[in-house]
Amino acid sequence: MQIYRWTLTMALSIVHRATGIALYVGTLLLAWWLIAAASGPAAYAHVQAFTGSIIGRLIMFGYTWALMHHMLSGIRHFVWDLGYGFKANEREALTWGALIGGIALTVLIWIIAYATGGGR
Amino acid sequence: MSTADTPKRSMRTPLGRVRNLGAAHSGTSDFWRQRLTAVAMVLLMIPVIVVIMMLLGRNQAYAKQILGSLPIAIIMMLFIVASAWHMKIGMQVVIEDYVHNEKLKLATIMFNNFFSIAVALASIYAILQLSSGV
Repeated sequence: MQIYRWTLTMALSIVHRATGIALYVGTLLLAWWLIAAASGPAAYAHVQAFTGSIIGRLIMFGYTWALMHHMLSGIRHFVWDLGYGFKANEREALTWGALIGGIALTVLIWIIAYATGGGR
Repeated sequence: MSTADTPKRSMRTPLGRVRNLGAAHSGTSDFWRQRLTAVAMVLLMIPVIVVIMMLLGRNQAYAKQILGSLPIAIIMMLFIVASAWHMKIGMQVVIEDYVHNEKLKLATIMFNNFFSIAVALASIYAILQLSSGV
């Protein structure tokens, strides 16, 4: 294995899986939120207390990033599936695009979230 | 999970075995469904984010009203079905890559199916309950 030079594309391949696994576990949060909404005000307040806490916000921020990154990284794989983007420079551009785009979308979503819902 | 053993003198190419869903009629179905659900989620991503943003900081009564409305309930259920299916296939790929003990592999793949279906059904049940006004 030592003969491989560790490349960004290889690293992001692992990150794609890691974010996928995080999103998998995180569906429990989505289910919890929906079940609480269906259960009533008290259960819903519990979820909001959690998502409003520092830890909760950190988890939600991480989850947003995992989702955005996994989506863009997945689109990158889709481009490859269609047979495009295999040249070295294209490969690198797609990978950097997923990396930077994922962070940019996450920050954008949280800016909008705070601007629209943060004050409520 | 695994491809059938190939006779040494088979005239069929690897591509021929999987094309048109192969001899088992399911040779590439996971590959296809993984991409189908991925595209579905990309299309649903903006509506789902908008719905979640609408509910930030709002109380349960408002959440019930929004999540229970017909178009939003359908969007949320479509997203849940697509994500459960997508994550079930994705996790199975990860399991098959890293879990080499045959019994453990079968057990984790089984658990993966149970988990994905349970999360999806619980979420869908909640949305239906929000929609029905029970």
